[in-house]
Amino acid sequence: MEGSAIRLQGLRKEFAGTTAVAGVDLEISDGEFFSMLGPSGSGKTTVLRMIAGFESPTSGTIELGGQDVTGLAPFERDVHTVFQDYALFPHMTVEQNVAYGLKVRKVPKAERIARAREALAGVRLEAFGNRRPAQLSGGQRQRVALARALVGRPRLLLLDEPLGALDLKLREQMQVELKALQREVGITFVFVTHDQEEALTMSDRIAVFNQGGIEQVGTPAEIYERPATAFVASFVGTSNLLQGPAAERVVGTAGTYSIRPEKIRVLKESATSDEPEHSTATGTVAEVVYLGDATRFLVDLDAGGRLTALQQNLETSSEDVAAYRGTRVRLQWHRRHAVQVPDTR
Amino acid sequence: MTATLPAAGRSPVRRLAGLLHRRRRLRLSLLLTAPLLWLAVLYLGSLGVLFVSAFWTTNSFTSEVVKVWSTDNFHALLTTPVFRQVILRSIGVALAVTVLCAVIAFPLAFYTARVARPRWRPLLVVAILTPLWASYLVKVYAWRLILSQGGLADWMLRPFGLDGPGFGLPAAVITLTYLWLPYMILPIHTALQQMPTGLLDASADLGARPGRTFRSVVLPMVLPSVAAGSVFTFSLSLGDYITVQIVGGKTQLIGNLVYSNIELNLPMAAALGTVPVLVIVLYLLAMRRTGALSSL
Repeated sequence: MEGSAIRLQGLRKEFAGTTAVAGVDLEISDGEFFSMLGPSGSGKTTVLRMIAGFESPTSGTIELGGQDVTGLAPFERDVHTVFQDYALFPHMTVEQNVAYGLKVRKVPKAERIARAREALAGVRLEAFGNRRPAQLSGGQRQRVALARALVGRPRLLLLDEPLGALDLKLREQMQVELKALQREVGITFVFVTHDQEEALTMSDRIAVFNQGGIEQVGTPAEIYERPATAFVASFVGTSNLLQGPAAERVVGTAGTYSIRPEKIRVLKESATSDEPEHSTATGTVAEVVYLGDATRFLVDLDAGGRLTALQQNLETSSEDVAAYRGTRVRLQWHRRHAVQVPDTR
Repeated sequence: MTATLPAAGRSPVRRLAGLLHRRRRLRLSLLLTAPLLWLAVLYLGSLGVLFVSAFWTTNSFTSEVVKVWSTDNFHALLTTPVFRQVILRSIGVALAVTVLCAVIAFPLAFYTARVARPRWRPLLVVAILTPLWASYLVKVYAWRLILSQGGLADWMLRPFGLDGPGFGLPAAVITLTYLWLPYMILPIHTALQQMPTGLLDASADLGARPGRTFRSVVLPMVLPSVAAGSVFTFSLSLGDYITVQIVGGKTQLIGNLVYSNIELNLPMAAALGTVPVLVIVLYLLAMRRTGALSSL
């Protein structure tokens, strides 16, 4: 942890009577890849737009690099944004788009052309400088937007669901590239996404947003392995909660527990375990879903409630899978994998 | 299935519908023959007659048209000082009206498309269009009243020690600007409204102040629409002659010369009539380069 790149204190935003952001406190360190994860309408994009300066907060303060910028306009902040729809200027060539920020800052022409070309080379688009944005594919436009935001060497890069419009293969490829790029340039990235997998694979830390507030801030492993709330448990990863009387019967104490599906083993009902650290529960397989690399079992527990278990397809194939439906099974997991979260309701 | 389908297709109407569905060309030609005939015969045909008759002459005693091929009329157009003056003046008026319309329309369109509250915007567009529902003559006579001696213009300018423009060339330009303004506001309004807000955000994000964003992003993106609007204001102004008659005093534009020559020298009127057609064709060719025609 070096200096802090961003510090948000008591940040609130209200739009015509509805609260979009309800008091957010957050500190992001220099050089961090930080993700803001949440469903649509959870306030993550509004927070991003307030950091960029497009929206002004109803109350609270925004500090960038130790300086209070709450009242400053976007063009007065050392922050660049990669927009969800890229927002490339259609009347300019790719190179002019990338050089625009430098031109505005009165960088001499020779230097700005050289830097724009360098930035385009950095995203492997050096051959496309003379094209118009309309002549590029979605993935190429995305990279132009990235080059345009990075060429001015900002201290902080904001990315508003930049991969949302790309198809799955391209998205996975860009995730790797983005992460590598961030490591290379060493700039703080604040990445907004609703895709939990994206957040888990790329981030140093994640803030999970819900209804205008932050539910949990932590590393991907913390968020995934030890969700602080039932919302985090169900939004990140598959919802797998054991609660109420069922929890009491299976775990032994009342409360709400989150168990990740891949931590649960599916055994024959007759199988027994003398391992004291294990919890087990019997039930009937209600549904079997073949996923290719793995199989998902939805099991109705005798104790009440339903759990999802994920099994790698080491030997099972799609033909065998259907035969499991309706059979009796025993689920087993290590006690430490049942994480207690505050009760919902 | 096989038994019912042919039965259903046997009714004459259905058979015709089926035929039209299969024969795309037949369908198109049935639909388009009448309008295309209208366009070709009445519109292009009359333009052709106009152009041909411009090469005829008249008997100077009887004013009867003599169908003898000659280029005298065009020669007169280019050499007679009055004609040359009037042609240049007409083009000047059309350009002045176009520039004035663009300058006035831009801020208005900016307000209606981006500044006004979204729920007021449709109402404002209706307000801009309302003058088009009133009769052309009523509006021009209204301006005659405004500009007349002791009229509204005089009365409003008097406290500043000024007089109204009176009737004449400026009055004609002002009135034409008023008349054609909606045709300029609408395309600009549409362009501004369709411009994604994200582009303005992106420009500010990259460090541009509002003035810079306006010059580098808004203006270049709206320019094709200004050109599109100018096609209307320019050609409508160039073809007008009634406004000039009513508020222009003694000013004459091409239209007035055409009008006054129709009785006496029809071929000369025809030759004069080809001038605006030619100028507008040239103007359209120039505007096409800006991409304006694709945004009409």
